This record gives sequence, C-alpha cells and structure tokens, in this order.
Amino acid sequence: MGYLHLRSSPVSSVLPVLALRGIRKAYPGVVALDGVDLDLCAGEVHVLLGENGAGKSTLMKIISGAVARDAGEIRIDGAPVELADPRQAQALGIGIIYQEFNLVPQLSAAENIFLGREPLRLPGVIDQRRLLRDAQRQLDELGVAIDARAIVSRLSVAEQQMVEVAKALSLHARVLIMDEPTSALTAQEITELFAAIRRLRERGVAIVYISHRMEELFAIGDRVTVLRDGRHVGTRRIQETDMAELVRLMVGRELKDQFPKQRAAVGDEVLRVERLRRDGVLHDISFALRRGEVVGLAGLMGSGRTELARALFGADAIDGGRVFVHGAERRIGSPRAAIDLGLGFLTEDRKQQGLVLVLSVRENICLPSVGRWSRAGLVQTGRETDATARRIAELRIKTPGPEQRVGHLSGGNQQKVVLGKWLCTDADILIFDEPTRGIDVGAKVEIYQLINQLAARGAAILMISSELPEILGLSDRILVMHAGRIAGEFSAAEATQEKLLAAALGRN
Amino acid sequence: MADESESKLEPPAPGSLASARRPAGSGPTQTPPPGDRPLHQRLGSGLAHHARQFGTLGGLVVLGLVLWILTPHFLTVSNLLNIAQQTSINAIIAVGLTFVIISAGIDLSVGSLVAFSGVVMASLLQRDVPLPLALAAGLLTGLVCGLINGVLITLGRLPPFIATLGMMSVARGGALLYTDGRPISGFGEGFRWLATGEVLFVPVPVILTGVVYVIAHFVLRRTPFGRYVFAIGGNEEAALLSGVRVRLHKTMVYGVCGLLSALAGVVLTARLNSAQPIAGINYELDAIAATVIGGTSLMGGQGSVVGTLIGALIMGVLRNGLNLLGVSSFVQQLVIGAVIILAVLLDTAFKRRKP
Ligand SMILES: Nc1ncnc2c1ncn2[C@@H]1O[C@H](COP(=O)(O)OP(=O)(O)OP(=O)(O)O)[C@@H](O)[C@H]1O
Ligand SMILES: [Mg+2]
Repeated sequence: MGYLHLRSSPVSSVLPVLALRGIRKAYPGVVALDGVDLDLCAGEVHVLLGENGAGKSTLMKIISGAVARDAGEIRIDGAPVELADPRQAQALGIGIIYQEFNLVPQLSAAENIFLGREPLRLPGVIDQRRLLRDAQRQLDELGVAIDARAIVSRLSVAEQQMVEVAKALSLHARVLIMDEPTSALTAQEITELFAAIRRLRERGVAIVYISHRMEELFAIGDRVTVLRDGRHVGTRRIQETDMAELVRLMVGRELKDQFPKQRAAVGDEVLRVERLRRDGVLHDISFALRRGEVVGLAGLMGSGRTELARALFGADAIDGGRVFVHGAERRIGSPRAAIDLGLGFLTEDRKQQGLVLVLSVRENICLPSVGRWSRAGLVQTGRETDATARRIAELRIKTPGPEQRVGHLSGGNQQKVVLGKWLCTDADILIFDEPTRGIDVGAKVEIYQLINQLAARGAAILMISSELPEILGLSDRILVMHAGRIAGEFSAAEATQEKLLAAALGRN
Repeated sequence: MADESESKLEPPAPGSLASARRPAGSGPTQTPPPGDRPLHQRLGSGLAHHARQFGTLGGLVVLGLVLWILTPHFLTVSNLLNIAQQTSINAIIAVGLTFVIISAGIDLSVGSLVAFSGVVMASLLQRDVPLPLALAAGLLTGLVCGLINGVLITLGRLPPFIATLGMMSVARGGALLYTDGRPISGFGEGFRWLATGEVLFVPVPVILTGVVYVIAHFVLRRTPFGRYVFAIGGNEEAALLSGVRVRLHKTMVYGVCGLLSALAGVVLTARLNSAQPIAGINYELDAIAATVIGGTSLMGGQGSVVGTLIGALIMGVLRNGLNLLGVSSFVQQLVIGAVIILAVLLDTAFKRRKP
C-alpha cells in the first residue's frame, strides 16, 4: 500500500449525501459545538481533526442520533431530517462505529451483525441458514477472512471491528462514521482496515474518519475538516494541505518539535528485574531502570508488554524471578504494595482499567493518594481540590471544573486524567502503557515534555508504546519484546525503526 | 508497525522546543481554579449534585401534602414521631444496604441477621448477662456474619447474590435452631428504654437512626473508605489498579451491613419486648426499596444515604398514611410496589434525558 493510490472522486461538485448547518450543542459549563457546518459526499473519506475536546465525537453522536442537538440543521440528500434516536439514523443509512464496541461477546459474528433484525423462518423462529449466509456475504464483501459462525469474544480486536463494519453495512449505511478506529489495532490490522475502507469508498459510501494519528489521514483521507473549540475552522482537500497547516488549524499555533527529547542525568538503579517469569506469558525477563532514564518498551501487540507491566505492578502473580526496588528485593503482591514502593502504572485501557467513569475528575485523580493524604481518617478535600486544579492546569485537561464526571470528558481528556492520577502519587518508577493513546498532536508534545520533566526530577520511566516514532524520539534506551521475552535492547543512538521491527518480529 | 505510514511523520526539527504555552485565549476553555469560580457556578454544581435528592424530597413532600388533605390526623406531632419510629428499623438496615449497593453488591441476608443477632442478644439478657455485654454480643453476631459474607464474596469469589442468599438461610436456620423456634420474651426496663425511651421528647430509636445516618454520611463522603466504596462500585478493576485494597474494603462493606442489621435487630427486640427467630422476614426487600427509591444505583458507584433516608421515609409515610386511611394491607402491598416501580421509572427517565 502507499499514499499514491488513485483518488477518483471530484468531491465538492456533487450534492452532498449529508449536510450539516450551524450545529450547536452545549453541556453544562461547556459549549461542545458552536455552529458547525459539514458536507459529506458519496465516495469520500472525510477526516475529522481537532484537539481533545474539540467536539468531534459529539458531532458524530449528533449525526448518529445518539445525542440531540440544541440548534442547527441536518440534511440528507438535500432534505432536512430530524435524527431523534439511533434507530432513525440507522433507517436513514447512517452507521457509526464507536471506539468502544457494541458487540455481544458471547454471540457469533453473524448473530451480532443481524442482532435485532434476524431473518425469520416462521414468526419467532430464526432462519439460521439465511442468517449465516447473509452475514458471511457481508463479511466477504468487506474482503475479510472471518467465519460468520465465530464467537465474537474469540476474534481479535481488528476482526471485531470488521464485524462492526459489516453490521453497519448490513444496514445499508451510506454514511459510515468511524471514531478513532485504529487506536487499538496493529499495523497489519490497520492496513486491512484501510483496504476495507477503500472498497467501501468505491461503493460510494461516505466515510467520516476520526483519528489523532496524523499520518493516517494522509494515507486514507480525501478531505479533512478541522474543528477547534467546537467551531469549524477549515476544510481542505488532502492533496492541497500538509501536516504543518493542519496542525496550525487544530491547535492555533505552530508545532515545531514533535519529540522534544531532553536527556536527564542518569542516576542510581531504582528497579532491577531478574529472570522474571509468568508461566505461558512472560519468560526470563531481566532488565534494570535508573533514575532519570526513559526506557522504551517496544513490541507487537500481544508480545507481553502489558503483561510485564501488570506483573511488575502486582496486578498479576509471577511464577518466578526476583524484583529489586531501590536495591532491596521485594515481593510485590498487589498494586497497593507497588504504589507504596513508589511505582505508578498508567494503564492502556482507560475505560476498563484507568478510570471510574461515574466519579469526578477530582475523585479519580486523587484515588491512589486519598488514603495517604487523609488526616485523622478524613479526606482532605481542600488538598484534593488544589492538587486537581494543578493537574488540570498542567495537563490542560478540558473540563468545566474538578467536580465534572470523568465519563463526560472527551476521550483524550480522560486519558489526561489517568496521567494526572500518577503525577499526584510522587511515584518515581513510572510505567506508562500507551500514554498518548487518543491524545491530540499538541497535547502529545506536552505529555512528552512532562515525561522529560519527570525524568529530570529523578524518576525512572518505562514507556510502552506501539508508535515507533514515539519510542525512538523519547527513549534513552529501548527494550523490544517478542513472544513474552526481551528480544533486543538498543541504545537511543543505535536504534532504528528497522532494527526495532526486526527484533519485535523475533528476527535476530 | 507500518513503517511506511510512520515515515510520513515529519522529522523533528532539531533543537526547537515546541512552546508549551499557547497564546491566551486560543487554547481550550480555561478553567479557573475553583476558588475563583463565581459563587453561582459553585452553587450550581453543588445543586446539580443533589438534584436527585431534591426530586425524591419533592416526592416525599407531595405525598405528605396529599395525606394531609385526605386525613388531617396525618400531620400531628405524635403521628410524625410515630412514623419516624416505625421507619427507624428499615432506615437503619437501608444504610447498610446503601453501602453494599454503592459498591455494586447486594445483601439478601439482612432480615435473617436481624433475627439471629436479636435472639443471641436476648438469650444472653435472659441469662442476666450485663446489658452492655449482651448488646455487644448481638452487634458482634451481625458484624461477624456480615464479614463472613464479605470473605465469601472476596476470597471465595462468590457472587454477592449467592453468598448472601446462602447466609440468609443459614442465619435464619441458626436463629431457629438456637431458640428451638420459640421467641425469647421479657426484658428489663433498661433494655426496653432503647425502644420506648425518649430524650427531649424524641424517641430513642429515632435518635439512634439519626446518629447512624450522620456517621454513615460522613464516612461515605469524608473518609477514604467511603471514597473506595464508590470507586469499587464504579469500576473495581480501576480501583484495584489505583491501589485500593478492594478485597479488604469490600469485606468491610458487608461487615458494616451486618453490623447495622444487628443494630436494627436490637431496636426491634426492644420494641417488641421479644426476640423472634422469625423476625425480619422480607426486611431486605424494604431496605432495597428504600435505597433504590433514594437514587442509589444498582449498577454501583452512585448513591447517598441522604437519598436512602428520604426513600425510607417515603415508604414509612406511605404505610402510615394508608393505615390512617384504613386501606387494607393487601392494597397496601400493591400500592407500595407501584410506588417503587414509579420512583425508579422517573429516575431512569430523568437520567436518560441527560446522558
Ligand atoms: N455528556 C457530556 N456531558 C458534559 N460534557 C460533555 C459530554 N460529552 C462531551 N462533553 C464535552 O464536550 C466537549 C467535546 O467533547 P467531544 O467528546 O466531542 O471531544 P472530541 O473532539 O471527541 O475529543 P477527543 O479527541 O478527546 O475524543 C468536551 O469538552 C467534553 O468534555
Ligand atoms: Mg472523541
């Protein structure tokens, strides 16, 4: 694949399938969308770009009927429509794939694709054969090799995503919205997804594509619309724009250095792992971390990086090996024990593991610290509010205030809250698992600078990331995992993408 | 990694640090520190936080007004105190259930624990064990049974429904076995004071309930334990990975629930001047109802004892009012069930309006 595939659509000259005019949506304390216009044409991939909290997801939820707009007009084929609920939007041919999948894991792919619309043989009796045949046809048309009978929970994330796509298409979707579809996919899976997207484009589906991975939009997009603070700030054809312009539109300023690496003075060893083993998952892992060091942990998905982090943090039991923290051998039996020893663990999946969505920004940020900060058995609300305000400013968390429910923040801002949690614990051994997932380009740089500052203050950082440029740009040293083992170690100077990839694939 | 797509990234311009601060006004909405926020905003968020309770409170007030119009006797001091006293047992149990339900659990054993701890204490009183010791033994019984629930759930990994269903039967069986199925009756004035006594015209059970609520509210809102209960109920995995000792605190939650059930057992025994092994049947249903009417979510992570108190009062006022109106107990059951469903329906509709 490459970037030079042919783009056939003379997009702007035709009547848009879907036109939005003056869309407005306010939540208590936030104006999420402020008069947004957008035209979607058949057969185009329209990328939606914007900082965290710019309003992308909200706009898409309005189109898909999940959220009611306050003002504005939605036209389909030129005719104004109401989109009161998701069913209505579906009936009008609008499909959406949320980042959190909406599949029933225990059911088969076919059953999921036709959930609620099963073909019937007799009233109340499902026509199994037709169900399977139709579902398989949908999957085949997408060009993916998935058996319609497969149980969804046994499929890979990418395959599950394809089932979502097939489901949307079985509804004869003419507009397909994908909100950050690639954030949990491997490079190979992304390639497959892009191939499927291209086939859809050829069939005349209008696709809205949201991603913070700037390189993707040049690979797949035809046009790009940028939102900033809920306002439409520009629409460009991909061929007529470049990264610098888009970034300027997004964040309102130039972004000069994408990886502002500063080397900190490397000090004592703070963590040493010897022959760590977790049967079937981790084998013979040995490495050390020093103060002031940022160590990148690269590897393919499933290579055991997250498992290593969880084992170190006491979240999963280990079957052998020794762990030394600040020179003393320790048995870390629980996350609490790990935190008390000065470890911090930013999890990759913020919704499942990182946040309590029903609690406030303050309660989440202070959760690991609330016990330590309490006086005479009482929560120190003042101290919590101060610490939270500091994190909100430092990380530029976009929220109406510390009492906002975390579930109401945008995805990227939720990620910043998870980060803020560990900044409050004074941890000096930090494990960051995909710290910039879902974070916009501008905020990424801020997080990199924060990592630099933490290192300068004497923390040791183990950074797991699937984005090689991030690993290469930020690490002092790089470990590569393959099949549960450390398959390679490189200094920043000698590491290249090729070497890391080769090690990650187990070829050395 | 798709090296092709990665290489599309522009190479970092050496030596140029991106400026961390952007020009004022161009960034996302700035949030002033909380102290600087205008009063109406601070009040606003506070009010929003309690909006649900105002809704339930409104329901209680409307209910009271209707009953007042239908039967003037409703709004007399003696009747109101009567309601408070009758509500106290359910209200105390419901506090424990509020903790459990906020932690995304359930406790079906509370009614049996009322009976079991009641008979244990009563038997000691009858053997002339000093009152404080007998009381302590009764409360301890509930606490221990609750902790056993907790251990079964955390270490035994039983679903709360199953563990407490088992305890419901075991504790009931224990109470029947211990008493041979016979009530234990007749206690000294000192003990009965717990139900019949008054301090400044306020019945002792009402004072006890008040104290329980104040402490519970404080524990939930102002202690790390309270915070952990919400966090565990909201997302157990995230709580664990944030260093919350999930097993310990969950076990404590069931301990609290057992302890409060025992306290309710004490009050009930004093009021009836008799400890019945078959006391407290179906009490779990009333307590769950009060909790849910009060806005605590069965999904966990959300709720308050203030809401539960209002919920318990709604149930109490309704029963009392229907009694005053001479409505048969069959119809009462029906009405109360309908009210529970209506309250939760309204709550769900309210929540759906603002997702
Ligand atoms: N249910 C809600 N209640 C309150 N505020 C909300 C709610 N949903 C979104 N918001 C706010 O609206 C704004 C826009 O959010 P949105 O999710 O659309 O951002 P986004 O562009 O998708 O960001 P990201 O890139 O981080 O996913 C944010 O400030 C967010 O906090
Ligand atoms: Mg979003």
